[in-house]
Amino acid sequence: MGAQLRLLRRRIKSVKSTAKITRAQELIASSRIVKAQMRMQAALPYEREITRAVTGVVSNASSVDHPLTVAKDNPTKAGVLVVTSDSGFCGGFNANVLREAEALRGLLKSRGLEVIPFVTGRKGVTWHSFRNRTMGGQWVGFSRKPAYSDAKEIAELLIESFKDENGIDEIHIVSTEFVSMLTQNVVVKRILPLEVEETEASESDAIPPYFEFEPTAADVLESLLPRYVESRIFTALLESAASEEAARRRAMKSATDNANELIRVFTMQMNQARQAEITQEISEIVGGANALADAAAGKE
Amino acid sequence: MAKLRVGVVSPEREIWSGEADMVIAKTVDGEIGIMPQHAPVLGVLVEGGVLRVKREGKGDLVAAVHGGFISVADDEVSVLAEVAELGSEVDIAAARDALERAQASIEADQADADAAVEAKRAKARLRAAGEEV
Repeated sequence: MGAQLRLLRRRIKSVKSTAKITRAQELIASSRIVKAQMRMQAALPYEREITRAVTGVVSNASSVDHPLTVAKDNPTKAGVLVVTSDSGFCGGFNANVLREAEALRGLLKSRGLEVIPFVTGRKGVTWHSFRNRTMGGQWVGFSRKPAYSDAKEIAELLIESFKDENGIDEIHIVSTEFVSMLTQNVVVKRILPLEVEETEASESDAIPPYFEFEPTAADVLESLLPRYVESRIFTALLESAASEEAARRRAMKSATDNANELIRVFTMQMNQARQAEITQEISEIVGGANALADAAAGKE
Repeated sequence: MAKLRVGVVSPEREIWSGEADMVIAKTVDGEIGIMPQHAPVLGVLVEGGVLRVKREGKGDLVAAVHGGFISVADDEVSVLAEVAELGSEVDIAAARDALERAQASIEADQADADAAVEAKRAKARLRAAGEEV
């Protein structure tokens, strides 16, 4: 067997086993997206209800004066929560988030703020520690399946440093929003201070109910707002988890496609090489036979 | 008589939703009973409380609810709990176990706030499951 032939056979074999791996990863990711989407769906009722409750309190209370809603004068420090994944093999997923986080960092710096990153996901943590950036907080190990307690932990630290006099004056979150299986967008949102939007109720809108509070409006707000922040962070983590799997599925699909294309090209080259070898052997045999026949004819 | 539409939700899933005649919950001010036509209320629930949903013709639905809120408006009751568990879903043996462990660590250290919360939660779970505590 020719050397070229052997080489091509070996390469085809290795590409085939790579294709098997990427194909398996693709299938795993596909099934995980469905689960992640179900978790997103399951979290929706709570988010909807808590948003309604916050709206209810805010539209009832004559003035919303809570530390979490008040923008500080002369902000000096800004926190950025960057939501990335724990594992790789997911195409540009983390790169997109980190790029957006860098853009935000630049923007905040141009406003004269000191930027402190808070990072979730091993990839983001590695990225920051490689650049010797001091992180305000880091969390790893749950990017694929975030639990509410994870979001609570993050929120507690963020709220604490926000309430601190010398702490952070505003907090932004950079995460990936799950639009559909094919579309995921990186979004930047400000989570603290919370913005209170004053909207004029239109004529058709029902009058918001006039709530009674147990124990008081201020106390309810005091415990409601942190929950609301937690819920916002939890939603971001869930969406990011679903997006991660979607990105992984896409990356693995194109890897499988590439491998199959390579196998096709190599097989063609291999067949050509084999055919060339056979042709050469035949012409050698024919040449040899002719030479023998010519020699025999010369003797007579 | 008008019915209440009740939803019990935790951040990770919807625990239960359906119609009911009366809802009894424990807020930080004390127990509150809600029947149809109740005025809009927004209350903060206690840690380790038991929620009781009374339904006509069917047995009461009992759930252990840890922290969270209850909001009532237009005959709609939503219970937003950080952690909630239906009485029928409680693992009694596990809850008893948790209670004993929490009580042991309280005895060891009176100022153990985590253990106190743990004990409250375990008690609420047992009560929701219909056990004597």
